[in-house]
Amino acid sequence: MSAGTATPTTPAARTPAAKRHGGGRLLAGTGTLIRFALRRDRVRIPVWIAALLLAHLSTLSELTGLYGDAATRASLAKTMDSPAGLAMTGPRHYLDGGYGTGAMLSHQVLGFYGVLVALMSVLIVVRHTRAEEETGRAELLRATVVGRHAALTAALAVALITNLVLAALLAAGLGGSGTDGLTWQGSLLYGAVFGGLGLLFAAVAAVTVQISEHARGASGTAVAVIGLAYVLRAAGDVGDGTLSWASPIGWAQRSYPFVDDLWWPLLLMTGFTAVTGGVAYVLSGRRDVGAGLRRPRPGRRTASGVLVRPFGFALRLHRGMLAGFCFGVLLLGSMYGSILGDVDDMLKNVDVVDEALAQAGGRDFVESFASVVMIVNAVVAAVYVVIASLRTRAEESAGRAESLLSTGLSRVRWMWSHLAVALLGGTATLLLAGLGFGLTGAASTGDGGLVLSLTGAALAYAPALWVTAGVAALLFGWLPKATAAAWIVPVYAFLVGYLGQILRFPGWMNNISPFGHVPQLPAAEMDWTPVAVLTAVAAALLAAGLAGFRRRDLETK
Amino acid sequence: MDTDTPATAISVSGLVKTFGRVRALDGLDLDVRTGEVHGFLGPNGAGKSTAIRVLLGLLRADAGTARLLGHDPWDEAVTLHRRLAYVPGDVELWPGLTGGEAIDLLARLRGGLDAARRDELIERFDLDPTKKGRTYSKGNRQKVAIVAALASDAELLLLDEPTAGLDPLMEVVFQDVIFQAKAAGKTVLLSSHILAQVEKLCDRVSIIRLGKIVQSGTLSDMRHLTRTTIEAETERPVTALETLPGVHDVHTDKGRVHFAVDGEHLDEAVRHLSSVGIRSLTSHPPTLEELMLRHYGDELAALNGNGGAA
Repeated sequence: MSAGTATPTTPAARTPAAKRHGGGRLLAGTGTLIRFALRRDRVRIPVWIAALLLAHLSTLSELTGLYGDAATRASLAKTMDSPAGLAMTGPRHYLDGGYGTGAMLSHQVLGFYGVLVALMSVLIVVRHTRAEEETGRAELLRATVVGRHAALTAALAVALITNLVLAALLAAGLGGSGTDGLTWQGSLLYGAVFGGLGLLFAAVAAVTVQISEHARGASGTAVAVIGLAYVLRAAGDVGDGTLSWASPIGWAQRSYPFVDDLWWPLLLMTGFTAVTGGVAYVLSGRRDVGAGLRRPRPGRRTASGVLVRPFGFALRLHRGMLAGFCFGVLLLGSMYGSILGDVDDMLKNVDVVDEALAQAGGRDFVESFASVVMIVNAVVAAVYVVIASLRTRAEESAGRAESLLSTGLSRVRWMWSHLAVALLGGTATLLLAGLGFGLTGAASTGDGGLVLSLTGAALAYAPALWVTAGVAALLFGWLPKATAAAWIVPVYAFLVGYLGQILRFPGWMNNISPFGHVPQLPAAEMDWTPVAVLTAVAAALLAAGLAGFRRRDLETK
Repeated sequence: MDTDTPATAISVSGLVKTFGRVRALDGLDLDVRTGEVHGFLGPNGAGKSTAIRVLLGLLRADAGTARLLGHDPWDEAVTLHRRLAYVPGDVELWPGLTGGEAIDLLARLRGGLDAARRDELIERFDLDPTKKGRTYSKGNRQKVAIVAALASDAELLLLDEPTAGLDPLMEVVFQDVIFQAKAAGKTVLLSSHILAQVEKLCDRVSIIRLGKIVQSGTLSDMRHLTRTTIEAETERPVTALETLPGVHDVHTDKGRVHFAVDGEHLDEAVRHLSSVGIRSLTSHPPTLEELMLRHYGDELAALNGNGGAA
């Protein structure tokens, strides 16, 4: 667990306190830091655990209610045995053997909630390592009797404790639910694999925080790894399964809880976690407090002509994140497109046109699969829009807006320059996702018309993105402290768009999400009315947000 | 009251600003004449920054009026911002932008950059403009804001503790640069708690306490209104000194007498001393510190029990 390159030379580490608290000099103070971190997260962590636990239990109760008899289960299994179904859930093997409640639960939510537990662990690690260094608080702590590796170890320990508690509660909750088919062994395995997945991504975050100097960049990189893992497993599960073996989420799903109850994938996950964690310690030992692995280089003496224009300046602040998202969605779209050919092949093996497919109004599997991919793309683009829109708030709270707003730059132009990047950047993200999907889709199916039709289908979601930016603008203008609540829009759209289809949410739940009104191209027909209405709503929200910001106090430090 | 004459750069009366239950400004009055360097004195939390932010139109006052260069700072914020420059006490820079880029950005958005002046200031303040914002120390971030403010051609400078974090050498450069600005006819509002700086630079001073101005005027006016400390050696023992009007804190020790006297009664006290034969006499006009302590004395007394300092 300790880096070979580090030399313990801190004089303070010789004090008895170091021996009492740490064990090793590199780890001095770890115990105190763990308690401190748990104290700081005394609300956050229990909320995460409770939310994930409740999500599982409520999904379980929905599944037992909706699919109580063998006939409905068989029908669900048939629906899932399609490219769209498998991409959203997990490997096909879960469908064999009757698709019992346990198999259904693991298949439907292990991958999906696995993304959330990974996200939780990433946020915990980043919050207690890089975010602390970035604010300078870590320096204050490191000047006391705290060893070089104490902060990283404490963050990982907090992630470990959180995931252990979650695993134990999940195992107890599922096993103790008394649901038919939920064995104790399966429940234990499910909990272990789920918690293991969280810990694995904690280790990934431990590496990304060494590389990036900013908490935002560190969590962004780690989230990109989660996304990549999810896409790889989706592509693999629809195809021949090879790609799934490159994904830790794929490994977790291949333990088949409640179906085969295999424990060895957990070993694979533990090995990966240990190696990744080891890399984090080696990197951590090679850098200075507060610094990233890359050395800062001198930059320009003077500003370019573009930078001193408000929009150019906003673009400069956003460019890293925007470039990352553009690249990410191009990759995401392309991977989904590359399996369109497999989808086409699968179609030939299916003789019945499914009921669910008919409901979606789809003409064939390819189109219904494409429609599901569109929702995923749109949610990813919405995540970008929220991040970009929240930049206004971040600049304000950091005290950097104050300097600019005391120049000849008006509040409206300042806020609008950031929103414009969010609106245009979000639309560009959508376009690239559709283009990547269309190009590789056309290549894999041999249908050249897909390039245009899939790109167009993706762009139909643009007005919903603009509404998302409008919600963030409205909050920023009128309730600045609650600006982060704009995250609800993409999270809700994801939950409804993704889970709603399986759990059959009532229609109104779909209707309160802007994404619920977008025509689900290419499966459905184009309808211009909702698109026009959403655009108008977005314009109204943006205008209201700008008006609110014009008349409120700027929050200063 | 005539608030719009060109002779007045800043005119504030009865300004109130509350944050929840905290009354940050409680009927603030402030007048800054065109072309003067005006010291704005008070400890942390007295309301200096809040007042400046109201003047910048970043905060909206709850009551009272404020005129800046004859205009309303909230309604005409942007027009006014082209004519003024602001240096915050806590400069935050963009981590990924170099200092040079930040200077250009701020000065250009303010309405114009004098490139030659910028280069001169960068050299005088010994600033490396190629470093990224995140690598600057507090003092260097402060320099970036000062250079940006002075490199644009603003007629009014609002400086909120601008030299917090600057070393003494840079403090001298700063004073020199402010004298230049004054010579060029610019108006400066300098919020500070570095008394030596204010004594050196400012024509007039306003002391703020709990969101109100408690005293305002030139330093010599203020000195006249406060006590002078006198230490004298006399030929014969001094008697009945404490019975004179305006004389306080009399201590005698082996033929030496030590007391404080109000400015308006100085003459009588000195006459009384000469009646017993003055051998030596030293008088200290009140320092700005003592002026401040007079207004904040009750707080100190509460801290120290009974102010036993010499």
